Amino acid sequence: MIDIRNITKEFDGNYVLAGVSETIRKGEIFAIIGPSGQGKTTLLRILGLLERPTSGQVLLEGRSIIHLSDNDPVRRRIGMVFQNHIAFKDSVYNNIAIGLRYRRFGKDEIKKKLLQKLDEIGLTGYENRKATTLSGGEKQRVSLARVMITGPDILILDEPTANLDPVSTEVIENLIRYYNKELGTTVIMSTHDLVQGQRLADRVAVMMNGRFIQSGTIFDVFTRPCSVDVAKFIGIGNILPGKIIRKENGLSVILTHDIEIHAISDIPEGTMVRLAIRPEEITLYTGPAQLSSARNVISGTVTDIRPFGIISLIGVKSGDLNLSAQVTWQSINELDLKPGIQVVLSFKAPSVHIMQEGNHHGCL
Amino acid sequence: MTDLLTGIQTAIGLILAADPEVMNITFNTLRITFSSVLLSTIIAIPLGSAITFRNFLGKKALISLIQTLYALPTVIVGLLCYMLLSRSGPLGELKWLFTPNGMIFGQTILIIPIMTGLSIAALQAIDPVITDTIRSLGASRLQFLKSHLREARFAIMAAVIVGFSRAISEVGTAIMIGGNIKGHTRVLTTAISLQTSMGNFNLSLALGIILLAIALIINLFMGIVQNR
Repeated sequence: MIDIRNITKEFDGNYVLAGVSETIRKGEIFAIIGPSGQGKTTLLRILGLLERPTSGQVLLEGRSIIHLSDNDPVRRRIGMVFQNHIAFKDSVYNNIAIGLRYRRFGKDEIKKKLLQKLDEIGLTGYENRKATTLSGGEKQRVSLARVMITGPDILILDEPTANLDPVSTEVIENLIRYYNKELGTTVIMSTHDLVQGQRLADRVAVMMNGRFIQSGTIFDVFTRPCSVDVAKFIGIGNILPGKIIRKENGLSVILTHDIEIHAISDIPEGTMVRLAIRPEEITLYTGPAQLSSARNVISGTVTDIRPFGIISLIGVKSGDLNLSAQVTWQSINELDLKPGIQVVLSFKAPSVHIMQEGNHHGCL
Repeated sequence: MTDLLTGIQTAIGLILAADPEVMNITFNTLRITFSSVLLSTIIAIPLGSAITFRNFLGKKALISLIQTLYALPTVIVGLLCYMLLSRSGPLGELKWLFTPNGMIFGQTILIIPIMTGLSIAALQAIDPVITDTIRSLGASRLQFLKSHLREARFAIMAAVIVGFSRAISEVGTAIMIGGNIKGHTRVLTTAISLQTSMGNFNLSLALGIILLAIALIINLFMGIVQNR
């Protein structure tokens, strides 16, 4: 539906966008994730027709949309909600009606559509309230209604739940899902909340240094990061350097810090690689190394316990190798874990993700 | 202190008695001030909008110049208008010197800078996200402008009040262009000036109190509109 072709954007000699390409499909929720200040907002503003790219093309159904005038009809097919919660100094009713008034809808029609939208966003009865007195979450719901009442084909959301409490966030997320599933609106959003990206999106793209360095389904990106930077960003706690030393029964054997680790990979033998292992995929137990279906079993010593709410990350050292494993507070008590005691770590070969070394600076 | 009290008593007496001369002066003042505020509003708001929303070379310098003209001395405006409107001046044909029209002309010029400048400030104070929202909702040029003016309406109303206050309270332009002709171009400020020079402090004070009362009523009215 939208073809983004090698978009760049320069501000005062700095390239905020350094060549972004992607195809966004009709009816999907496409999320852009990435650290702050990497160009997410700039890209969304270009797609929302508020900014023009320095070079490159954006095609909507094959037609270029980067040089449209302010009153081009295409503009009315694309709606945008911003990160900062704003409201016009006016009633909730007038706040939501504004887009329909621009489109010269009649009074009765506006009223009918408006009451329905108020019901959708759960603010029935609020029409005469001053919108500036609403809470942040309520303002953001009004912002969504203001855009959606005009029936756009594409909804662009720039960090729509940043600075909102968890309850308001859930309401907004449910509305996004509703508009996408029930009305078929294509949603393009940015978020720095990885979990939100996973909850909502059909596909995600990781933006770093003004480029998409990886894009794909949630599963692809979150289990198979293409570089160490992506792996770190999506929260994979164990990243180790190594070398594929041989292939064995369809598995690759990687040597890291004098320890052999089995993994599934088609990267050829002899290649320098990085391994990524999620702490939640590692099982930790005490006592003798039991029979385990896991291909990788490593003994080591507990070095530290870092609590993260009800789960903790346990640091384990085996020779020069340091790994983190995720353990619940119950297990910590049952196993009587404390620094210095001997433990065994096990994880399956498919839990080890292998990335080629020297590919840090971009996968796409 | 007794002078002040007597002045207040005189003022109330004059208002209650509907003194014809005081009524005439007050009516002239209102007519001239409202006319110049209206004219100036019609010029200053579009001008302020154009300066705010268009990008051109020297925009910052122009805004600085407008802000400098806030302090435009009323007698300088009076002098300039006198030269323009005098029989041999470029606008002498209008025969506006020593007429209420001439005073409206002068006061309009006097308050255009401050009303334009405050309109620019009002529009520039709008959250850029509001501007983005208006644009992305597909507003036409005129809708874009109307929505911004509506969003800034309270600050723009304040600009109008400031313009009104400057016009109703100034004496330099009124006396140089109007000439303080009784029953014709005499307004509250010029009358106060005259009565004071003649030693009629009570009447001066009374006229001053009427002037302030008008300003108070206008401000109260605007306050009610703003709080709606």
